[in-house]
Amino acid sequence: MKSYFSELFTGGWSLILGLKVTIKSLFSPIVTVQYPREKLEITPNYRGHIDLVKDPENGSHKCITCGSCMRECPSDCIVIEGEKREGVKGKVLTVFTLDFTKCSLCGACVEACPTDALDYSNEYELAGEARSDFYFDILKRVEERK
Amino acid sequence: MEILNSILPELIRIVICAVCGAVIVFGNALVMGYAERKLAGHFMLRPGPMEVGFHGIIQLVVDGLKLMGKQLVVPAKADKPLFMLAPILAFAPVFIPLLVIPFSDKLQGFDLDVGLLLILAVASINVLAILIGGWGSNNKYSLFGAFRSVAQNVAYEIPMLISLLAIVFMTNTFSLREIAAAQSPVWFVILQPLAFLIYIVAMVAETNRAPFDLPEAESELTAGFHTEYSGMSFSLFVLGEYANMFIVCSIATVFFLGGDSGIPLPYFEYSGAIWFLAKVYALMFFLVWIRWTYPRTRFDQLMNFCWKYLIPFSLVNLLITVVMVKLI
Repeated sequence: MKSYFSELFTGGWSLILGLKVTIKSLFSPIVTVQYPREKLEITPNYRGHIDLVKDPENGSHKCITCGSCMRECPSDCIVIEGEKREGVKGKVLTVFTLDFTKCSLCGACVEACPTDALDYSNEYELAGEARSDFYFDILKRVEERK
Repeated sequence: MEILNSILPELIRIVICAVCGAVIVFGNALVMGYAERKLAGHFMLRPGPMEVGFHGIIQLVVDGLKLMGKQLVVPAKADKPLFMLAPILAFAPVFIPLLVIPFSDKLQGFDLDVGLLLILAVASINVLAILIGGWGSNNKYSLFGAFRSVAQNVAYEIPMLISLLAIVFMTNTFSLREIAAAQSPVWFVILQPLAFLIYIVAMVAETNRAPFDLPEAESELTAGFHTEYSGMSFSLFVLGEYANMFIVCSIATVFFLGGDSGIPLPYFEYSGAIWFLAKVYALMFFLVWIRWTYPRTRFDQLMNFCWKYLIPFSLVNLLITVVMVKLI
């Protein structure tokens, strides 16, 4: 008989506490981010596909067209071409493409780069309609960012 | 001609009341459908419907159009007449209680001597509709949902009736208008707090809402008794549910919260009706609040709570009330 009433009171009290919890959350701010309209700041540690780093000294990239990344890539998704030009020391980068359909984001290219010219990008909105949407022209991207 | 002259005003009155009832049923379903989804969102720190119109305000209209456009699928081995009858039976009776609810002094369809009995009798038809729907669907989930609904509604009708009976003993009438008028100095929620609590619990169980939504427990029974219903036949059940919510909250307002009494608003004749609706929707908000607070009870807990707690307490309350009424 004693437990009959104590159960009633402890149960009733817990019900009131539960109501308190939910009414608090009713008046708390919403945590949902309305994605296409609002976007969260992405962490700089995010490892997206590779990108050439912009060199603050010359306003361009630091790639010396050594081809380490192309050789290191286990999926063969990087293509680099360069050419000799008059008056310029070393080779000049003319093509740098990434076939993202094959890339496994292992990061071997970033590790292999002798001049730290490569880094991970913060690109995460990567939906596309065709396979060709994922053949990235990395050189064009770094030139556009200037 | 004389007969016509005598019954014509009454006929017009009936038609006007029926139209007003329909407006209340559909308007209430629109408002509560939107409010419930919006509140459900905000209780979970979500925004709720946001896409259709400003803050999703016409979401329910779009949903209604979608439901109307959908095909009515009847399962192959279902009992077709019963299957089609059930949603109509769940929806049609909700108009009748609206006729006797006193929204204010002047705003009442008919003031019957047996208003409360009429409401309770008609509200019980809902159980029959759910049983028919669950049985006719030829689906084990529907059948389980229907069985649970019947056991639950029959059990919870008893404490509901007994707690209301305490008020009837105090006021000596079944007429809703007189009961509302009888609490002009003090509301009965102060004189009868236990009856009010019992009524609130029984009211949630009667409308099959969480935490007593065992007839449609989606984690166990997919959707319970309306598993097989689609399109408009499904939405008739939902319309009926929201109308029933409105009716039970109106009864709570009439019996415990003073009906249309409240501070008179300046220059406004129908401040009583506004107070009445404000109280009803405050109770509806409470229903939504507890829906998104409490987890669903187990079936044995549900029945234990009714038979071991609610019914004894309501009987004791009734006994005390009777003694007090006799002595004072």
